[in-house]
Amino acid sequence: MAKMHVKLTVNGRALEALAEPRTLLIHFLREELGLTGPHIGCDTSHCGACTVDLDGKSVKSCTLFVAQANGAAVTTIEGIAQPDGSLHALQDAFREHHGLQCGFCTPGMITRAWRLLQENPDPSEAEIRQGISGNLCRCTGYQNIVKSIRAAADQLNAPREAAE
Amino acid sequence: MSADVMTAEARTAQLEGLGCKRKRVEDARFTQGKGRYVDDMKLPGMLYGDFVRSPYAHARIKSIDASKALALPGVVAVITAEELKPLKLHWMPTLAGDVQAVLADGKVHFQNQEVAFVVAEDRYIAADAVELVEVDYEELPVLVDAFKALDPDAPVLREDLEGKSEGAHGPRRHHNHIFTWEVGDAAATEAALGEAEVVAKELVTYQRVHPCPLETCGCVASMDKINGQLTVWGTFQAPHAVRTVASLISGIPEHKIRIVSPDIGGGFGNKVGVYPGYICAIVASIVTGVPVKWIEDRIENLSTTAFARDYHMTGEIAATRDGRITALRCHVLADHGAFDACADPTKFPAGFFNICTGSYDIPVAHLAVEGVYTNKAPGGVAYRCSFRVTEASYFIERMIDVLALKLGMDPAELRRKNFIRKEQFPYSSALGWEYDSGDYHTAFDKALQAVDYPALREEQRRNREAFARGETRSLMGIGLAFFTEIVGAGPIKNCDILGLGMFDSCEIRVHPTGSAIARLGTISQGQGHATTFAQILASEIGIPAANITVEEGDTDTAPYGLGTYGSRSTPVAGAATAMAGRKIRAKAQMIAAWLLEVHDDDLEWDVDRFVVKGAPERFKTMQEVAFAAYNNVPPGMEPGLEAVSYYDPPNMTYPFGAYVCVVEVDVDTGVTEVRRFYALDDCGTRINPMVIEGQVHGGLTEALAIAMGQEITYDETGNVKGASLMDFFLPTAVETPVWETDHTVTPSPHHPIGAKGVGESPNVGGVSAFSNAVNDAFAHLGLTHTQMPHDHWRVWKTAERLGLVG
Repeated sequence: MAKMHVKLTVNGRALEALAEPRTLLIHFLREELGLTGPHIGCDTSHCGACTVDLDGKSVKSCTLFVAQANGAAVTTIEGIAQPDGSLHALQDAFREHHGLQCGFCTPGMITRAWRLLQENPDPSEAEIRQGISGNLCRCTGYQNIVKSIRAAADQLNAPREAAE
Repeated sequence: MSADVMTAEARTAQLEGLGCKRKRVEDARFTQGKGRYVDDMKLPGMLYGDFVRSPYAHARIKSIDASKALALPGVVAVITAEELKPLKLHWMPTLAGDVQAVLADGKVHFQNQEVAFVVAEDRYIAADAVELVEVDYEELPVLVDAFKALDPDAPVLREDLEGKSEGAHGPRRHHNHIFTWEVGDAAATEAALGEAEVVAKELVTYQRVHPCPLETCGCVASMDKINGQLTVWGTFQAPHAVRTVASLISGIPEHKIRIVSPDIGGGFGNKVGVYPGYICAIVASIVTGVPVKWIEDRIENLSTTAFARDYHMTGEIAATRDGRITALRCHVLADHGAFDACADPTKFPAGFFNICTGSYDIPVAHLAVEGVYTNKAPGGVAYRCSFRVTEASYFIERMIDVLALKLGMDPAELRRKNFIRKEQFPYSSALGWEYDSGDYHTAFDKALQAVDYPALREEQRRNREAFARGETRSLMGIGLAFFTEIVGAGPIKNCDILGLGMFDSCEIRVHPTGSAIARLGTISQGQGHATTFAQILASEIGIPAANITVEEGDTDTAPYGLGTYGSRSTPVAGAATAMAGRKIRAKAQMIAAWLLEVHDDDLEWDVDRFVVKGAPERFKTMQEVAFAAYNNVPPGMEPGLEAVSYYDPPNMTYPFGAYVCVVEVDVDTGVTEVRRFYALDDCGTRINPMVIEGQVHGGLTEALAIAMGQEITYDETGNVKGASLMDFFLPTAVETPVWETDHTVTPSPHHPIGAKGVGESPNVGGVSAFSNAVNDAFAHLGLTHTQMPHDHWRVWKTAERLGLVG
């Protein structure tokens, strides 16, 4: 099948590649770029394990062709930590509050929460639950995920509040 | 502060041993996207396999034409049963003593059954090629209704078993009959039911569901033809058993097979069995000489690998007028699908369903389970459950409520009146189990007090009056459940799978500088073994958990064990860990005595060191002993500090718990809101309360899913319905309520550290609590029982049937 030329920025790195028009973004990320953090859980865009950030929006990368991401900036779980390797508040909070078990939903869940906290830096519990309702978890029952996201929000808001 | 002057309390805290809410060591990789799951693997030259599947539930295969598929560039091979026949791999043994077609051999028995395996250079080409394989089918009559399976004129499903009047579990009396399993005293039960003052009877169905872990099943098989070495990485809950089975059916010597379970994205029973995809990937790698990957998609997962439940349970429970239970009888019609691939210990064709007398002192009981074939997917795994305990617990907890209604008695009072009393343990049940320990009244009373049960019933009384007056359209339901599990399979004397005793193991090596590695025969799928087993060991040998690596899942390095399912890891491998730790400590004590120039008996253990009795300033820490083990041991002693334990448990463990669920049912929409859920668990000694709480949250959420929405159904022609996440209910964070957790501690008397296991308890108790709550909402209007799942449609239909709608 004829390949097409795509240009995109992934985790801050600009790249160009040839891909079949039908290649899904998730397969491109996982198999061409080796970014295996985002996972495939359902093929029907329900589970959210494949969630990545695309131009400031959470998207399910199993439901998008890489061609549709042409020219876009994509962030995956691998791009959430600071450049110096120190973890994002969400990554710390998920560990601190036992917000994960098998870890399969975790990359998508954190990537979604990362965008959610930029959309709404001080979400209520109900807003967090609504905000992650596109991401399924089979292990935790969500309670500690909600707690982790809320704790990360507090952590991220602390310097801001101290400055005010 | 130096370690020498730290208090015992401070040194204990530093170990992060038993009882510590230790943070998980697994999380660093998972939160950074650095987990390593099987689909993350990419080996040089790797090919991809994909299945051609049957669109029919029952049909003869007249021909398979793969020529168009083979002509597609990038397609390497198309394998059918004909190619597997010379290898004798077209059928494989199941865990239940039956056989299952690896690839359909002349006939398909359920929709989406594996017909051919396409091998191609990438997954897209493989998917294209699947569409190009032409299969000509001749449809046959379909059997979907288990109640019709044993009709004289029912379609013959398993022609391969024609003339076989003896199955793996006794005589077969019909072409679709698999086994009849009976336990208990039929005559005494019949007599007690006949004499009873009150008998309640009910058909309780536990619908077909699926464990549906977020990661589907899959593997990468790699045959190294030069060394004759086969390596298979895959989603295996029991890697050692897979190695043995793979050797037995392939003829490859067992030492030439290495099975590796990498990170596993949830299992819940789905990943216990051996599936055609594994066999086909292995064969494809042998044929092509390069690694072959097979990964299920979600529809394949839900429709072909490992359903759970599908039990139709008819119960009769007898009691005196004042509520003393005198007998229980249960008949189960068990729908096993097309092949009996139940994952149960060999001697238990219905698993541990004979725990169905529950938490109650019932003098006589009788159980008969009949397994039948239908044109549905095979499986019968324990979905977050120890071998049919969930079905058994649901059955008895529904029957207790049905009996309470008939007696006009509060279901809490009926439970209290019939609980096995604390002083009766160890307790021998009428259906043959010896419950090791329990204190049910204390747990139940604590739960009722925590929720203020009398106040809830009073609120419900007022709600019902308001409903009758037309002031509200919402009904309040209160669901009680008290469950007893039976986990930790199990003693070799009665538990084996394919002849492999269900012991488990731990091997420990203490390094010279005082850190250690422990390897186990189990495999975590999210339970956090690397965190919690290090805690068990830390308390046993005085090395901080942070300095202990726990490794599982590689058959080349880990000691043999039967894997992780049925809440068996802590009861069995956790016991092996403690016992191996004690061997380390025994040797360390002799070395310490040698170093301190005293007799072994003059030393006592103090958290992380051996201290000379009466001379606390004279001691050797485990760290000091570890180094000495490599350079200064007593004469005649072997150097080194290693131990291995293979633990054959003397009995199962019996965790229990008391759950209370409060729901509000909107009769006009059928929407059921869970207002409150309180879960008290007693899993004996608590290793890591944080991990336990997480397990309970997760298990309750799976119970919510089962009770309120999950169901795999088939239409009359055998089309599977609900086999994608479009239809199969997995609750989101919005539907999932906040869970309240609590506990009592009744240690297991026979487990080295008193632990019982907890992962499955919340599913076992949770389903009953939800279902009892929904049934209770309508109980005053004449409803005795309505079948799960209690989705909006069914609940609304119940309201309509009771004349509440419109």
